[in-house]
Amino acid sequence: MTADSVGYIFMNAAIVNNFVLAMFLGICPFLGVSAKRDTAWSMGLAVIFVMLVSSICAYGINWMLTRFEIEYLRLICYIAVIASAVQLVEMTMKKYSPALFRALGIFLPLITTNCAILGVALFQTSREYSFTQSVAFSLGAGVGFTIALMLMAGLRQHLELAKVPSVSQGAAMTMMLAGLLSLAFMGFAGLGASHG
Amino acid sequence: MSGLPDTTENITLDTFLRGLWEENPVFVMLLGMCPVLAVTNSAINALAMGLASTFVLVASNSLVSLMRHFIPKQVRIATYIIIIATFVTMVDYAIQAISLDLYNALGAFIQLIVVNCMILGRAEAYASKQPLGATIINGLGIGAGFTLALLSLGTVREILGSGSLFGVALFGENFQPWVVMVLPPGGFFVLGAWLLIFAWVGQHRQQRMNQQEVAQHDS
Repeated sequence: MTADSVGYIFMNAAIVNNFVLAMFLGICPFLGVSAKRDTAWSMGLAVIFVMLVSSICAYGINWMLTRFEIEYLRLICYIAVIASAVQLVEMTMKKYSPALFRALGIFLPLITTNCAILGVALFQTSREYSFTQSVAFSLGAGVGFTIALMLMAGLRQHLELAKVPSVSQGAAMTMMLAGLLSLAFMGFAGLGASHG
Repeated sequence: MSGLPDTTENITLDTFLRGLWEENPVFVMLLGMCPVLAVTNSAINALAMGLASTFVLVASNSLVSLMRHFIPKQVRIATYIIIIATFVTMVDYAIQAISLDLYNALGAFIQLIVVNCMILGRAEAYASKQPLGATIINGLGIGAGFTLALLSLGTVREILGSGSLFGVALFGENFQPWVVMVLPPGGFFVLGAWLLIFAWVGQHRQQRMNQQEVAQHDS
């Protein structure tokens, strides 16, 4: 596989340079919604969808901005697109699955400030991906985010049964767990070129 | 429909100091974690990131505070984000002009200040209800707390991971750097350790306060 083939980009974003564990994007929902496996799963799906939509939109916007030579508006346009995509997901979910809507709670509107999504849009621009490459990249990033979230949720459900000192309960313990997961994911680093 | 009602508070030293300890955005409120973990592999990156975020925080929150009576309640979040994005674009170009090395080291994380939940959180929770003066002081405090947190991670990781501080080598040539510390897992571990320390100190304080209360009751 060459470095710009679609499969390579997908694997690179999902596993080798996992967005959460290797590039520290989307840490807030990673810590906030990873307490239960089913909420983690639906959060992952929502993020994959928003990523895909915003990546496609960002590709179009970037093409337009470059044409009119107003690239400095890029950031503002991207964030506006992401905010509307999140709104779309929120409305759909409220209509078709109110239970899920309540379970995700505040974290649903907060997808807007999930840096993983803006990260996808910014990276695909700076690496000058083509349209299909962008789609593969955003899907890979979403899948990688979901994998990390699910792994973390599974670990934390087991942790509930373990005895830990009262000081380290909560955030500190979660950080240590995330560190171990990240250490494990470093094993994949040899598989591909790192993008830093 | 105007903004939210004002709940004006007096500007005291506490307005500033609160951000450093009680409401420390990183260690206590766990906000804005992504840059905290991502750019703290060296102290200088951490400092630059902290200052850039502080500038965006203070500038955008001041503007939000000034405009708090004109922003309709329904679209306030979108307005805040647009304001923040404007200042981030400014910082992005400024850093690019001042130091290209720093710009390359921080990478996309300068632009990602837009989605730092700390800034949006302060705009929503504080700046939208407070006058300009209080907002600036509080913003400076929160920014200082954020910078402090970034620095405390950055120094530990740089000392352990590359044996230097602000690029100056601290140990002799035979120092074996603990490379994992500058790699992603190190960020999680060091932050976990700091959170542990913070929780431990907090717990001790609580216990001492409880003991004092009990003592007061007895006397």
